[in-house]
Amino acid sequence: MKGSFRQSMAWLHMWSGLIVGWVLFAIFVTGTASYYRADISRWMRPELVRVEPTDGAGLAASAERAVTYLKEHAPKARTWFIGLPQPDHPVLDLFWRTRPGEPPGHVTLDPKTGAEAAVRDTKGGDFLYRFHFELHMPPLWGRWVVGICAMIMLVALISGIVIHKRIFADFFTFRRDKAPRRSFLDAHNVTGVLALPFHLMITYTGIITLATLYMPWGVTTAYKGDSQAFFVEANWITTPRKPAGRTAEMAPIGPIVERAVATWSEPLERLTISNHGDANATVVAVFEEPHGLSHEHPQIAFDGVSGEILETRNGGLKPAAKTFTTMTGLHEAHFAGPALRILFFLCGLMGCAMVATGIVLWSLARLPKPGERSFPGLRLVQALNVGSIAGLPAAVAVYFLANRLLPVDLAGREDWEIRAFFGAWILAALVPLARPQRRAWCEGLAAVAVLCLAVVAADILTIPGHPLRASGGDPLFLWFDGSMLVLAALFAVASRKVRRYEAPRRERSARSERAPAPSSVPSPARSPARHTEPTHA
Amino acid sequence: MASHVGTTPLKERAAVAARVVLAAGGGYGIAALATALLSLTLPLPRSEAVAAATLVSFALMAGIVVLVFAMRTLLRATVTLAATALALAGGLWLVMRGIAP
Repeated sequence: MKGSFRQSMAWLHMWSGLIVGWVLFAIFVTGTASYYRADISRWMRPELVRVEPTDGAGLAASAERAVTYLKEHAPKARTWFIGLPQPDHPVLDLFWRTRPGEPPGHVTLDPKTGAEAAVRDTKGGDFLYRFHFELHMPPLWGRWVVGICAMIMLVALISGIVIHKRIFADFFTFRRDKAPRRSFLDAHNVTGVLALPFHLMITYTGIITLATLYMPWGVTTAYKGDSQAFFVEANWITTPRKPAGRTAEMAPIGPIVERAVATWSEPLERLTISNHGDANATVVAVFEEPHGLSHEHPQIAFDGVSGEILETRNGGLKPAAKTFTTMTGLHEAHFAGPALRILFFLCGLMGCAMVATGIVLWSLARLPKPGERSFPGLRLVQALNVGSIAGLPAAVAVYFLANRLLPVDLAGREDWEIRAFFGAWILAALVPLARPQRRAWCEGLAAVAVLCLAVVAADILTIPGHPLRASGGDPLFLWFDGSMLVLAALFAVASRKVRRYEAPRRERSARSERAPAPSSVPSPARSPARHTEPTHA
Repeated sequence: MASHVGTTPLKERAAVAARVVLAAGGGYGIAALATALLSLTLPLPRSEAVAAATLVSFALMAGIVVLVFAMRTLLRATVTLAATALALAGGLWLVMRGIAP
């Protein structure tokens, strides 16, 4: 490009950042929330109570009930997935897949009776988790869009590092009383630089989690495109078996489960049963990950007809394969205990703030000078900024609110929760188009605060077992409501700041020739002299 | 700058668009070729070679994107990328012909 290396990188940073900024913000917010995916899911299914871990015999009996249900309701399915009851998720989660392209069937059973569990129908934290990498689009499309955004994010991070003349000093620079653009730039730098190792790690490892989708060409050449063969050789999965085409009676699942539980000390998480009713029926028992950075579930494959162990997988990965799973593990932070998890969560929030301040900065740098006409895209960019930065958190709050307020027996309830999420988001993106810029920010941020408060109120009012109403309630509700209150406070403060904001007097008298009338947008006359590139020095 | 969008010459815009296309297409293409070649040639067990090649491919692609935007002229960037891609494709062709029965 024209100019120096640093200037070309400044250009690259700014444009790559803007183009995917809004999508990245959504990915960061839902990804950050996904650190608490299990807790969110549990909060959204208040009917479930934490139980003691089930022993081998108990798991075996509930697996029998699951198979009985599946034989009756999904006899044609090629694969059954049985999520076994866990202490914080004490139900049987059954999925089955009949043919590719069709959405899988799903039902939740009571592990003690085998009847459908009396749990409200919700996707829980899994919706946010899947949105994080599929954007609620058809999976393949969503994953590619997210992958492209992540790649652009990586480029934006690298070019962002290049354009910093003094990366260390930016740790400690925050000029909040200067012109708005200056404070936003500092906030962008602080959140970007302080958590930079996290941002680089999370972006790269995020791409790696879906690497064989994005970059399948090594598998194409070395394995003739047979990715299953690659996964087996890398020691990630047990060898899949094709149906033999001969029918055979399946061995009872109970003894298989008991044998699996007796083999390893990790809790047994789920069973995958493929080709049931066939001579090559296979049962794969998947265990929880052992403690450590690497994302690898120990697995045992059983012959579904004889019940004999076919093969076991537990560790023993070679270096590159281990690096792969460690990167995935780092991204998912399964290893993180409560303290480290909070740190990851805060780093994720800083990522959200980095993206948010970045896109606001873009529109601040383009405010028209006095007498200059604003270019037509600016209005749209400004409205989209409000629509994503205030709109997405509002949509998440409405999603939680819908979980508490929709009738428990509503048909298609989980879809209605998601419709509420998107309805709120669309509304939040459209309203700012019709409002003056500053009012839109102010109202948007205030709306999020109010919605967070409403979530807490709805939680306390609709949950009879809430710890504030009954003794011995699950403390999870307190933690969740507490975090919502903190978020409400943060957004309320932000809204108040926007409303009360006045440009510093010093700047005003020094820079403006004519007395600037209080305007709904910070007057550009006060912004520092404009260079062709954002000043990072 | 953006407020001068209307005055940006068409030629400059086309140059930027060309760089975007070159960075995305060229970056991915070279990363893909390198992954394929390294998967076959790294002196490691097959699965390890594939895993290692795939792991570094995205860093390679990011590097190429930065390179395309940093190069002084579009022509030089195109030539550099084309030469690299050609070398990789040639190597891949030789290797694949070698392992073909």
